[in-house]
Amino acid sequence: MSRRTDNRITWETFSEGLWKENPVFVMLLGMCPVLAVTNSAINALAMGLATTFVLVASGALVSLLRSFIPKQVRIATYIVIIATFVTMVDYVIQAISLDLYNALGAFIQLIVVNCIILGRAEAYASKHRPLKSIVNALGMGTGFTFALLCLGVVREVLGSGSLFGISLFGDHFQPWVVMVLPAGGFIVLGAWLLLFDWLKQRQALPQEEKAHAG
Amino acid sequence: MNTESAQVQQPSTPASHIIAVLTGIAMISGFLVVLTSQLTAPFIAENQRIAIEAAVTRVIPGSVSHKEFILSDDGLKPAEKGAEGQRIYAGYDASGKLLGVAAKAAAQGYGGMIYLLYGYDPACECIRGIKVLKMAETPGLGDKIIKDPDFQANFDRLDARLDPSHMALLHPIVTVKHGSKKEAWEVDAISGATISSKAVGKALNRSAQSLLPRLLPLIGELEVAGK
Repeated sequence: MSRRTDNRITWETFSEGLWKENPVFVMLLGMCPVLAVTNSAINALAMGLATTFVLVASGALVSLLRSFIPKQVRIATYIVIIATFVTMVDYVIQAISLDLYNALGAFIQLIVVNCIILGRAEAYASKHRPLKSIVNALGMGTGFTFALLCLGVVREVLGSGSLFGISLFGDHFQPWVVMVLPAGGFIVLGAWLLLFDWLKQRQALPQEEKAHAG
Repeated sequence: MNTESAQVQQPSTPASHIIAVLTGIAMISGFLVVLTSQLTAPFIAENQRIAIEAAVTRVIPGSVSHKEFILSDDGLKPAEKGAEGQRIYAGYDASGKLLGVAAKAAAQGYGGMIYLLYGYDPACECIRGIKVLKMAETPGLGDKIIKDPDFQANFDRLDARLDPSHMALLHPIVTVKHGSKKEAWEVDAISGATISSKAVGKALNRSAQSLLPRLLPLIGELEVAGK
């Protein structure tokens, strides 16, 4: 992690949310929306984008105000800021599509208590300059959206036989209903975690061997 | 007290500063929320209007326009803001002839309340169609009530005649086991989604039992309103 004095914005600032500290696959944060709204790819994408917007906007505001906010009330302040942007997203989604709004249900409002966002505000935005916080939040949001899409695509293809609402296999396909149910969410998440952990270990292996040899 | 020792440890911030910051944040927050609410309000209202329009057109086959009314103890009134009573939608064809009346119904399903809109045709004294507005039924099972063609076929001319006293339905609308529908007032359940199917039947029965006896004497007013 970069130190407080380090204000350079590097590729790392953005990419750590994508891979090294992916909020879903590595930190296992925000599991509630990850399991609940990924029964179709479009829901996953909308949820990911909404969360990204809240992450970026609240990160920017927290970072801008970081020297004014007294330590004693910082959590309360962060929550008010986050809740503000969540309410804005809530209105905007209603304005874009009522169907989408109904499909996402209460999970839009529940972004307020998504620990990824409060975690970023506390651990990153309150210690870094606005631009750097925005870049980092954008990376985290992209990583979160990517993870939701990973689940959403698999669950929609297997559970409904379609992708983004477009039917893939024709009428004779018997959908794997369990995949759109909560149990399917756990199964698919487990499979993705397995895959990513395996990839990570494979990446780490050559480096270890090098270290031993040296 | 703990708070006292905590305050000694930290460089103390004056209470006035804390209050000023919290007030400032709350004001920024309030401003942003009100701004968004104002900007999106027309789009949200338009979306809701389109959704209702599509639903009314679907449950009253052939209707091209509709008018909203409020049905209360004082009779029928054009829908206005703040009016109390049950909201109904009268559907008309191009020449202004009354084709049917749509109303909302609700009942407890498997995963929560099921809200639906149904269309009543006074000419055949029957229900001509339903549209689920909101539900949280199990995907793949209970949510078949939205699309399943066999289930939807139940609501093409579902018998809703009133008994001679005009106080209740002649035959209450009931949901029966899949494949055992015999009468015109029975709803054939979806196999595997019995609770959801029963909820739809229950919602229709409850709403029709209370609405139709009050509505039928006033049908003339709705017919005139279309001209």
